Amino acid sequence: MDPAAAKLFLDRLFRRKLVLFGAVVLLVIVIAAIAAPLIAPYSPTGMRVTQRLRPPSATNWFGTDEFGRDVLSRIIYGGRASLGIGMAVVLASMLAGTTLGLLAGYFRALDTVIMRIVDAMMSLPDILLAIFLVAVLGASAGNVVLALAIVYTPRVTRVVRGSTLVVRELPFVEAARLLGVSTPRILTVHILLNVASPILVQATFIFAYAVLAEAGLSFLGAGVPPDVPTWGTMIASGQQYADRAFWVVFFPGLAIVLAALSLQLVGDGLRDMLDPKLRKAL
Amino acid sequence: MSDAPLVSIRGLTKRFGKAPALVHAVEDVSFEIAPGEVVGLVGESGSGKSTIGRLILRALDPTAGAIAFDGREIGGLSRRELRPLRRRMQMVFQDPFASLNPRLRVKDIIGEALDAHGLAQGPERSKRIGELLETVGLDAGHAGRFPHEFSGGQRQRIGIARALAVRPDLIVADEPVSALDVSVQAQVLNLLQDLRRRSGMAMLFISHDLDVIELMCDRIVVLYLGRVMEIGPTEEVCRRPRHPYTQALLAASPKPDPDAPRTRKLLQGDIPSPLSPPSGCVFRTRCPLAKEDCAGAVPAMRTAGPDHRFACIHEAPKSET
Repeated sequence: MDPAAAKLFLDRLFRRKLVLFGAVVLLVIVIAAIAAPLIAPYSPTGMRVTQRLRPPSATNWFGTDEFGRDVLSRIIYGGRASLGIGMAVVLASMLAGTTLGLLAGYFRALDTVIMRIVDAMMSLPDILLAIFLVAVLGASAGNVVLALAIVYTPRVTRVVRGSTLVVRELPFVEAARLLGVSTPRILTVHILLNVASPILVQATFIFAYAVLAEAGLSFLGAGVPPDVPTWGTMIASGQQYADRAFWVVFFPGLAIVLAALSLQLVGDGLRDMLDPKLRKAL
Repeated sequence: MSDAPLVSIRGLTKRFGKAPALVHAVEDVSFEIAPGEVVGLVGESGSGKSTIGRLILRALDPTAGAIAFDGREIGGLSRRELRPLRRRMQMVFQDPFASLNPRLRVKDIIGEALDAHGLAQGPERSKRIGELLETVGLDAGHAGRFPHEFSGGQRQRIGIARALAVRPDLIVADEPVSALDVSVQAQVLNLLQDLRRRSGMAMLFISHDLDVIELMCDRIVVLYLGRVMEIGPTEEVCRRPRHPYTQALLAASPKPDPDAPRTRKLLQGDIPSPLSPPSGCVFRTRCPLAKEDCAGAVPAMRTAGPDHRFACIHEAPKSET
């Protein structure tokens, strides 16, 4: 994409205030996570027993947790693991789910096989399946990503398969077939491009789910090791103090909400930009 | 008609599904298309017109019968074997909105045809796309636009340009104007006639509109419930229809003369279900001339004149319409 086209793209994308807001928030969160050592006022793991459960103040903006650690610093550092795991889960499940969904939707012979497996996996509660997988694989950040990606792939597969079933019957797909266009090109240019919107929307949901699920896994001790700060582990361990010190769960929760919300706003904007019809109206 | 036919179909049959939901879409249809000839397929909805078009293009697999293209049997070819043939036969679709990928620019929609057969690259490709757009009466500068920026008639022109890109010998036009406004219909029909005159390609023109067929076609094939009722040169079939169904169709098509005598013998009821077509002559349930014999055997094709045949056991009144 040349610079002029890129500028036009961004101009249109950010013409809507909500999309701009989402992009700014997301950017702030991501930069904070990347530049955590430069930004965080304290060490995320530095305990000060005398400063336990202090409310938000000038020295500790978001208060301190049950070990006297600075909540703000832990949120900034926690973004690294939480966002990283969320993004990795989204990428992995999108890749696997889109491929499987396209194949299942386009090739009837594969449909039954793929979708029965997907149905079987979806019949299990998400978190139970994830716990089982982490228990089998061992608790580490990589395995949490793997387990959650396996859990969310069936959702993506379903959405992509459903949209593919609709699009494959449209006359322009038949036209491409009759032109002698190769099957890989039909799958990508004609079908994938036209099912991109629901995939993108699904991606933003899965990011939010993944961040929450990671929190759930951490809470149950089946997530990343407890010494690694994540938004999930913070809520999990702070939960028992929530009645006395709301800030230990409120601020990590706010971080999750903001990250998921801003990503969805940006996702909405991107989806509309992908549609040539809507793009014109922007 | 002495030339070797470009397309020849023999006993073509297509059934969908399995008993008891077996749909008899096309039954024992035979006809030819000569190089450069325009053959019209006419019939009500459900008569199997589009199915025949798709069978010839091998978008569907025939249940039985033979399809020969340029002397070569193509009924049993695999997708891979068919690919080189795709250059020689193309389709124009009914719905100008659904037949263009909304995510692609016009140049990519048309260019895809060139790419698929390696016909032109780089500057040559852009030039060809511009030429094709101008051939169908659009501005070459519109190549960068998306389909939704065009009207229905313009989009149909894009669809025609896509079909022309490979310089085919045969175009199957499946109701190419029925989704368009009447004023635009005439423009698109003129364009198709023009192109045919210039390039000498053959066309299978599918329509339910006898007037359009009469205007466009050299020969007419009248279909009813998947079977050929009558076939012959346009002039012959329209002036001296021999099959009672053709006669009814012609009588039902509106005439521009308000003083013309109203001798309309309108058909009663609907086309029967292709799940259980009537025995014998499929038209007998709505035929004004039907008698007991009609339920017996499927009527054989009878000759009514040079190249003019019909499937009816009656000595039909030779009505002049």
